[in-house]
Amino acid sequence: MEKLIAQIKQGKVWPFPGGIHPPGQKTISTAQAITRLPLPDKLVVPLKQHIGANGKLLVEKGQQVLKGQALTKPVANWSVPIHAPTSGVITDICQMPSAHPSALPELSVIIEPDGQDNWCTLTPVPSPNLLSHDQLIDIIHDRGIAGMGGAGFPTYIKADSRKAIEYLIVNAVECEPYITADDMLMREHANGIVAGIEIMQQLLTPTLTIVGIEDNKPEAIAAMQAAAEHNDKIIIQTVPTIYPSGGEKQLIKLLTNKEVPSGGIPADIGVLVQNVGTLFAVNQAVFEGKPLIERVITVTGNTIHKPGNVWALLGTEIKHLLDCQGFSPVPQQRVVMGGPMMGFTLPTVRIGVVKTTNCILAPDHNELAEPGPEKACIRCSACADACPASLLPQQLQWFAKSKEYDKLKEHNLFDCIECGACAYVCPSEIPLVQYYRVAKVEIKEQQAEQVKAERAKERFELRKLRLEREQEARQNRHKRKPATEKSADEKQKIADALARVKNKPAKDDDKSAVAAAIARAKAKKQQQDTTLEPDNSEVALERAARKEQARKYKEQKAASDDAPAQQDDKKSAVAAAIARAKAKKAAQAAELENDNSENETAASTPADDKKAAVAAAIARAKAKKAAQAEQAASVASDDSQSKSASTAINETVNAEDKPEQTAQDKKKAAIAAAIARAKAKKLQQEGSDK
Amino acid sequence: MKLTMASSPHSHSHKSLSRLMLTVILACIPGLIAQLYFFGTGVIIQLVLALLTVSISEAIIMLIRKRPVWPALSDGSAWLTAVLLALSIPPLAPWWVIVIGSFFAIVIVKQLYGGLGFNLFNPAMAAYVLLLISFPVQMTTWMPVNDLLANPVSLAQQLSVIFNGFTSGGFSVDQLRVGVDGVTMATPLDTIKTDIAHGLTVTESMQAAIFNSWLGQGWGWVNLGFLIGGLYLIKAKVINWHIPVGVIASLTTCSAIGYIAAPGTEPGVVFHLFSGATMLGAFFIATDPVSAATTNRGRLIYGALIGLLVYLIRTFGGYPDAMAFAVLLLNMAVPLIDYYTQPRTYGHGVNK
Repeated sequence: MEKLIAQIKQGKVWPFPGGIHPPGQKTISTAQAITRLPLPDKLVVPLKQHIGANGKLLVEKGQQVLKGQALTKPVANWSVPIHAPTSGVITDICQMPSAHPSALPELSVIIEPDGQDNWCTLTPVPSPNLLSHDQLIDIIHDRGIAGMGGAGFPTYIKADSRKAIEYLIVNAVECEPYITADDMLMREHANGIVAGIEIMQQLLTPTLTIVGIEDNKPEAIAAMQAAAEHNDKIIIQTVPTIYPSGGEKQLIKLLTNKEVPSGGIPADIGVLVQNVGTLFAVNQAVFEGKPLIERVITVTGNTIHKPGNVWALLGTEIKHLLDCQGFSPVPQQRVVMGGPMMGFTLPTVRIGVVKTTNCILAPDHNELAEPGPEKACIRCSACADACPASLLPQQLQWFAKSKEYDKLKEHNLFDCIECGACAYVCPSEIPLVQYYRVAKVEIKEQQAEQVKAERAKERFELRKLRLEREQEARQNRHKRKPATEKSADEKQKIADALARVKNKPAKDDDKSAVAAAIARAKAKKQQQDTTLEPDNSEVALERAARKEQARKYKEQKAASDDAPAQQDDKKSAVAAAIARAKAKKAAQAAELENDNSENETAASTPADDKKAAVAAAIARAKAKKAAQAEQAASVASDDSQSKSASTAINETVNAEDKPEQTAQDKKKAAIAAAIARAKAKKLQQEGSDK
Repeated sequence: MKLTMASSPHSHSHKSLSRLMLTVILACIPGLIAQLYFFGTGVIIQLVLALLTVSISEAIIMLIRKRPVWPALSDGSAWLTAVLLALSIPPLAPWWVIVIGSFFAIVIVKQLYGGLGFNLFNPAMAAYVLLLISFPVQMTTWMPVNDLLANPVSLAQQLSVIFNGFTSGGFSVDQLRVGVDGVTMATPLDTIKTDIAHGLTVTESMQAAIFNSWLGQGWGWVNLGFLIGGLYLIKAKVINWHIPVGVIASLTTCSAIGYIAAPGTEPGVVFHLFSGATMLGAFFIATDPVSAATTNRGRLIYGALIGLLVYLIRTFGGYPDAMAFAVLLLNMAVPLIDYYTQPRTYGHGVNK
């Protein structure tokens, strides 16, 4: 860092890739000093002139207000108050077209000036170094300061940065052609700007403050150097004139060789950027107690008779600005708010200027190229060479046209700063930036839709689960008790088998969920096969009971005869072997079926824990039932069959280890259980037949 | 007052497609002049034929596609294709060769893929390969330089050869190719390849009349002409330096390694760089933006692989020159190259 600071102090800058050199056209508006406009007849002051929430209205229609009186007070996060730009009467508070590309209506306070221009009581702070951090922040907040460079970010939030700031960067680059508002402000009010910088230094305690000014503003550079001479922590850095070096990210790279991480903010790397206009407003807010009610605006273009910079009260209609500077419109006149690269055309001149308005450009048809017809992209990559973010605009353009949103994201569309350098150089005159804007909006909409759909799905699933639980509860009430009582010996065995089986799924919920899913898939198929048959599980249970009785009888018979006992053992061993083979086969089949069911449920989302737990419970219940049936089937205290049952389960568990399977409904699980029971019975049958 | 709405930026650099294409065509002039001087006016006849054919083909296709004809023609891309093709084929090739080639380049390679900007392959080179494969004899009968001809050919006679196959005196192209020493001549690349196949060394082969000290007569100058035009294109920022540098660097490396490994059968670096279509290919053909890689890193790779293929095919392949094949093969690799050579976007790969 020491080395970096030394390099910065030597005047080193680190060029960013790309950039363009559009004609500056700045001298048009720097010939004369900043003038003050006569009071307009009407001021349209929108409540929202910054990023963040509106303030709460403090005034009402018909009320008399004084110049500088707060019209709103901050309430929610990031809300910044607005103030009456002059004294007068509030004639209305209503929705008015705002300074926005589509002139979105915003709630605005309409003031009719009384011509007195009477200030409210101001509370200047002559020595801010006596104030605490929070007191200063409150002053900045209450005076309605928001970033005046373009985005309108509330300044009090930046000035109250939680992260340590190493470098405070003052953006005095003003790289857009035509605009000279910051240039003229620096020429005339360099001391005020430096005072603002010093307040920021007090708040943020940066190691170094770097003021970046393009080398096409020698007067401003000289003025700022003179004003900042006493403060050795301020460096006035001259940067080469190239558009868009005034972009926040580009300026940071240029002055400190650091890059703001994608999706992050400058404070993440210990940097904070403030515009010179904002710093001057901070100075006025603190030392003079004045809220932000006016700003410097460049009024320029070939249709303006007296191009230059003016102090305009916020809320002054564009029409007033144009008329005062002499405006003779051409057919199909364009009026641009901002510069020719990033500004937007206004649909009407009946719009009030806001805190972020830095330029009104009214060009004729010769000075700014009329957009020609869009031609085919020849992939010449002039756009990529001009892109300051090292994107591939020509690729983005193809993807945007074909609506390949994933590819757009892959090619970092959201790192595009919409500076317009690509469209400026495009030989095919493709409105590239417009394509990106549309694509960005579409992607954001799509993402919002997705979030909405996911929430709806979650709600639906939970409801389904609840309904099923209720239904099952109802069904359980009607369920019959097992038909036969088992001997104590058998019960013990069942318990043992149960414990064995239970231990396995308990190890891994995922696996049991998988097993359950497999069982369900199996059940599904079986269900498909037997859709014509009624649910005969009850009947099957009874049949099983009868069979068991018969088997018991047989057993007794066998016990009475010693000689066939050996034979019986042999038989049961054979039966066990057959059962194992069968279980294996079933597992294989399940695997196949599961593949099918997987295809069916491929689109569904991963199961949540709750579902997995339910599935596990079902699986355990099933295992229990299977074990019971199995146990019942084993004749001469031979647990080989129950072993085979657990082997079967193990095999099914191993057969499938994709936990993405969603847990399905209990109904199916119940069916699956029934089928498992039926299967077990079949095994038992076969066991007893042998 | 009615205001006009437009999307930002409201300013444009005044660069245009047609100016871009025109600049490339103009940059061909030094090479064209060299070709004209050493190989006769046939190239101009070919050029006129090609320009006529591409204009008519493009116009017809545009009419069929129900699109405005003049905007498509006036962007100049079809004319550039015509120029590149005319410069690539032997000046005394029969008229129908260039007509078929131009038609194929515009209709099949360009328009059937969707027109300008959508073609996967370089139209001129695809047409060149079609012609080379279909009419190998006509496409390889390059005349030796004028100085070496036993019977220098006038413009009228060249016209006659191109349109009738024979001069007014009844000579065919093959007869015209007979040099002052009575030996039929091929291009330098061809001669070297044949001689080496016959067991001669490069030094022995270069004793032939078509070589002048270390270069093929005329060919060196033609390549020099295209090199100058190409450097102008880089200076005028019409093309980036990456592709030509890639091609030349890789061809230089390969031929240097070859020369060091087998000096007897390898003609060396300078010969490779200034023979055949090397400079035309490196600066004018491989740099066709539509079918080339678009990232700068990708362009270096793309160019380097073209250079490598050119060397490999020239040295080990069946054809004396290889620019067209190399370019077409690499055209196919462009989407892959572009995908894997995306530049690092601002703010990516830095620590948060």
